[in-house]
Amino acid sequence: MTQEPRLVEVRKNILKHNDVVARELRDEFRRSNVFVVSLVSSPGSGKTTFLEKILTLLRPNYRVAALVGDLATENDAQRLARSGAPVKQIVTGTLCHLEASMVRKALQPWDITQLDFLFIENVGNLVCPSSYDLGENLRLVLTSVTEGEDKPLKYPTIFNSADVAVLTKMDLSRAVDFDETTALANIEAVRPGMQVLRVSAKTGLGMKEFIDFLGLRRAAPQEMSVASETAES
Amino acid sequence: MAMHELSIAMSLVDLASEEAERIQGRVIALHIKVGPLSGVFKDALLSSYEMASYDTFLQGSQLMIEDVPIVIYCPRCRAERTVGSMQLLCCSVCSAPASKIMSGKELELVSLEIES
Repeated sequence: MTQEPRLVEVRKNILKHNDVVARELRDEFRRSNVFVVSLVSSPGSGKTTFLEKILTLLRPNYRVAALVGDLATENDAQRLARSGAPVKQIVTGTLCHLEASMVRKALQPWDITQLDFLFIENVGNLVCPSSYDLGENLRLVLTSVTEGEDKPLKYPTIFNSADVAVLTKMDLSRAVDFDETTALANIEAVRPGMQVLRVSAKTGLGMKEFIDFLGLRRAAPQEMSVASETAES
Repeated sequence: MAMHELSIAMSLVDLASEEAERIQGRVIALHIKVGPLSGVFKDALLSSYEMASYDTFLQGSQLMIEDVPIVIYCPRCRAERTVGSMQLLCCSVCSAPASKIMSGKELELVSLEIES
């Protein structure tokens, strides 16, 4: 005689392993007093150029370093290294996003207590990185004016996993007829109240304000990154 | 090939195998919750699960996916509201923008059905 199957309650986040590592990283970052910022965007939105500029501008006043995730080449790390900051590439192979364990492994040889800022550039992808908490204090989602105004509507999940949106390549906005009002309304629709910053790494527009913003966030890091929210269960 | 869902399915297989080992039973079905804001597509996850569980302890088990609505908090009504679209997170009654997402990001293994 066959019995009825029994139901055993589990109630655990499917990405529990990643969340556990992310939580450990977040604790370590806090103990080391390093402020960790991650960047997510589609490929070609200007993450690397923007980050190179940030590293260069922060270097006179802060100790900075960067990890950069990419599917194949080490080109991005070479570009970022021009800033003079320590940079390490994480080649993900076929994996379309970074996971917390990859960040932990990449950081092993470094003494992060000697850093003020650590930047993590995720793989260019607006889908997969949204599910993975990396232990960061602040997650930026970048969208360039050349991508048009509707990226937030197409990828609401990534906007909801990030803390602040950055509109990049603002110097090209007139050339591509970028409708900023619509873009801002779209961000507001999918993520009400989201802070939006505008920059051009090429002309320097908005970069000083961005650097000041990072300094302020570092000084008051009590606000938790939304990327850690799903990790609570 | 949905790389994202395959990664998620592999994590699910790892987690469920651990649990099954602890419970010491053969898993017939897995019940999971997937919110629209988890970024995971149901069909892609179902086919990825079949692949990820192949040749494991979970091979042949059924993946049962429960949809979860997006629930936001409306600061004006001071109430939780269910919203129909993730493209517009505002109150269904007064249209005020959401101040918080209460649910909809879930990606959770709820329970396992074990053969007695």
